[in-house]
Amino acid sequence: MTTTTNSHTWIGKDIKRREDPDLLTGRAEYTGDVKLPGMLHAAVLRSPYAHARIVRIDTSAAKKVPGVHAVLTGREATVVLDPLPAFCAEPVVEHAIAVDKVRYAGEAVVAVAAESRYIAEDALELVQIEWEPLPPVIDVLEAMKPDAPKVHENLPSNVVYEHVFIFGDVDGDFARADHIMKRRLRWPRATAAPMEPAGAVCKYDPPSGRMEVWSTTNMLNYVGWLIAGSLKLAPHMVNFYPMYTGGSFGSKHVTSKVIAIAGALSKVTGHPVKFMEDRIDNLAANDAQAADRIYDAELAVTKEGKFLSLRLHAIDDYGAYFVFAITGNTNMMSQISGPYTIGSLENGIKAVLTNKNQQGVFRGAGSDVGNWVLERLVDATSDELGIDGIELRRRNFIQPNQFPYKMPTGNVYDSGNYPGVLDMALQHANLDYWRQEQVRARKLGRYIGIGLATCQQRSTYSATEFWFHNPGPATGLTTTAESVRIGIGPTGGITVTMFSPFWGNSPETVVSQVVGEEFGVDPTTVSVAYEGTSQGLPSAGPGGSRMTVMLSGAVQGAAAKVKEKMYKIAAHLLEASLDDMEVREGRVWVKGTDRSLSLTDIGMKAYWNKFDLPADMESGLEGSFTYDHPYTTAPSEDRKDLGVFYPIMGHAAHIPIVEVDIKTGQVKFLKYLAVHDVGTVVNPRSLQGQIRGGIAQGIGVALYEEVRYSPEGQNLTTTMNDYLVPTVAEVPHIEIYHHVTPSPFTAYGVKGGGEGGRMVAPPAVTRAVEDALKPLGVKIDELPMTPEKIVKWVTQAQAKTP
Amino acid sequence: MQDEDFVTIRLTVNGGTHRLVVEPRRLLADALREDLGLTGTNLGCEHGVCGSCTVLVDGQSVRSCLMFAVQANGHEVMTVEGLARGGELHPLQQAFWEKQGLQCGFCTPGFLMTAYELLQHNPNPSEEEIRSALSGNICRCTGYQQIIEAVQSASQAVAGASATVPSGTGA
Ligand code: FES
Ligand code: FES
Repeated sequence: MTTTTNSHTWIGKDIKRREDPDLLTGRAEYTGDVKLPGMLHAAVLRSPYAHARIVRIDTSAAKKVPGVHAVLTGREATVVLDPLPAFCAEPVVEHAIAVDKVRYAGEAVVAVAAESRYIAEDALELVQIEWEPLPPVIDVLEAMKPDAPKVHENLPSNVVYEHVFIFGDVDGDFARADHIMKRRLRWPRATAAPMEPAGAVCKYDPPSGRMEVWSTTNMLNYVGWLIAGSLKLAPHMVNFYPMYTGGSFGSKHVTSKVIAIAGALSKVTGHPVKFMEDRIDNLAANDAQAADRIYDAELAVTKEGKFLSLRLHAIDDYGAYFVFAITGNTNMMSQISGPYTIGSLENGIKAVLTNKNQQGVFRGAGSDVGNWVLERLVDATSDELGIDGIELRRRNFIQPNQFPYKMPTGNVYDSGNYPGVLDMALQHANLDYWRQEQVRARKLGRYIGIGLATCQQRSTYSATEFWFHNPGPATGLTTTAESVRIGIGPTGGITVTMFSPFWGNSPETVVSQVVGEEFGVDPTTVSVAYEGTSQGLPSAGPGGSRMTVMLSGAVQGAAAKVKEKMYKIAAHLLEASLDDMEVREGRVWVKGTDRSLSLTDIGMKAYWNKFDLPADMESGLEGSFTYDHPYTTAPSEDRKDLGVFYPIMGHAAHIPIVEVDIKTGQVKFLKYLAVHDVGTVVNPRSLQGQIRGGIAQGIGVALYEEVRYSPEGQNLTTTMNDYLVPTVAEVPHIEIYHHVTPSPFTAYGVKGGGEGGRMVAPPAVTRAVEDALKPLGVKIDELPMTPEKIVKWVTQAQAKTP
Repeated sequence: MQDEDFVTIRLTVNGGTHRLVVEPRRLLADALREDLGLTGTNLGCEHGVCGSCTVLVDGQSVRSCLMFAVQANGHEVMTVEGLARGGELHPLQQAFWEKQGLQCGFCTPGFLMTAYELLQHNPNPSEEEIRSALSGNICRCTGYQQIIEAVQSASQAVAGASATVPSGTGA
């Protein structure tokens, strides 16, 4: 399955995306666009309290509103709904509509289905609820105290998970070290906030017990059966359709809650029901807020600046539920020591439940935080030992001849050239000029800063990270397969069917390019289709930067099956040896001759002329392939080795140059340079888009984005006026270069690049701001670096040094 | 709702005239998306911040999540569906495709309509002018650069093409 060639016809070609014309003309169908005869619209009443018991709900007036078909409390809904799927071992139960108690402000309490969303919202206003407010648990340090009120009474404490992972001789390495860098670091709760909120249309057919679902979930062929379980339906009776999705960034892996609400209302009313979150629903209750951590972080270093060992202890505020367990913390253990030869490490994790909307996944999935923490320690080392950051990194980089490289947790990095990436960045950065500018500007009272971060961007997960944090023997290894089907029709046209939806990435373009490469045809002639769960093959969809790797592997596998049959037909018809067959330019050739057959010639025979085919061959010409990524191993029973779980390792170096206005706290970008190495590039334009969009989100968390709660647990950021994502005014021109170190393990040497921008920008931007404020002695230990905070830091620093 | 709570309005949308019976509180966005089936206009926030619902009313950009359908009575509305002509992408759409000024496409109709309005008034805008015109539209996917490049590259082509857009399209 491994082919690494340097010259390709279509792989790497900068072609336009084939997804775009439908999106540009408004023809693409998103979930919110679905309209069915008799369809009702749902709206949800949300808890005003962060923590309260529901004493009584009176829905009688709401039910009387003309046009209302159903009003469901959480308790009533349990007749048709079981709890939502959760991937945690701990007994943390979440209902789509709260039963008896609410655990965060914004939790669903009543759902209505009515003839329009307007009527549904009218009805919600008439619902009367008697509450018994409970003391909210908001501050994570308070929540950890033994006498804190409990978010879930059935758990012994709000500290839902606690463990210290140790890999190698951490104590010995710390004892040997000449210096220990110590920082307490704070990473803020951010959220994906895709432009399209989550939603679903469910159509239940009572006589047959079947349900059709149009929704924003991208894991329909992977966990659709779990959602069916919540709806108390046999999984094979539920057909999930793949929909165009308006961005996810991790927040739409499952989206079981919206499906459960629409599905329950459809079961109760017998009508199709649409439930689309509005923006407030999404920001308050999407179950996709992200890592919210306090780190005590230490790096053991020799006097030459060699990193010996890393010791991290995290307190992570998981919010009210625990759907993905601590995957945000396990994920980062795939690359926790970064691109550096750190010999040992310790990672302590305390996962704490509070009365906030729970954590889900957001681009980077916790590895974004790991990069920031590690680079903060690297920068601290540079400052304290007086070793230039570039030189310090060079001294610690894993060298190109050390791959495949097994890092301390047991994960393996497949390939890389970190000095090469850094060189490429420096070659374009013009740092001499900027250092002079910096000096010149400082004389004028202006503060210019140069940032640098060199970080990993892991891609292509295997599922062990979802359970290896719990003790016990390894069971059921999977790398979450992805499938495609390739069919060549009687006239030679090629159709590829995918089983995961479009998400904002470029799956149609990727499969077309790989098909183009495999068959020597122009990708624009390839037809691409999607298939839902009723006809579906195993597929988990985008996530963990896997899609390009997985689709390339699946297409290559399916193409091999189709080619095998084509070659047999062609060899038979051309009376040549099977070994002499090759495909190029859309024809099958006898190697080294001018004898060939077109795909149409072969398609015609395959479909219409059974008796011209080799004996015993079936008619038709298609191949399906389910691709499991090629490299994963089980964790050891004692978890001193977590096994290989994220081996396809990309890398990037970012150099932002900023100017900080110390009076207003504004940060302006003067330059932003990024060099990414994600192996073989399939489509440069599309990859650059992913990188730029990721960097914009990284700038967001560095400077602006934070989900904020009041001391009473009110979410203060439920509109886009309050949860600030970067606009065109904040995101600079971003210069991108590709460095290519192919993976030895994947089709064509491709690695995933979907998350890298967001995983690398925060430490780079943090360093740039810190460097700008260096004359004032400001050290940055927390994000986002909002204008208020920058002004505060400057004022405090100036007060210290008169 | 009583019958007298409904209002009959007449909207010209992308050149075609429609008679609609709506509640006064019905948003223009819902009238377009649900009553007329023009689902190209997307709702990203429903509180006037993101710009994804932008359409043109008499050639001026408005947020269709903040405007009532009755306010558009008798006016000419142009949505993203009105840009392409006879199967030919509008030069702006073509440029967004060339530069890949989109990823998920959800914000894109809003950006297209905002950029369309800009180019009507300023056929050859500078990068600063483009940034300023687009500053009320949020895109979570692209980081904006390729959108700006698309508008730049479309600007000359659009200036030429706009003369040929038929009247009654809100152009
Ligand atoms: S949906 Fe209208 S501005 Fe966001
Ligand atoms: S392309 Fe997805 S929000 Fe702009």
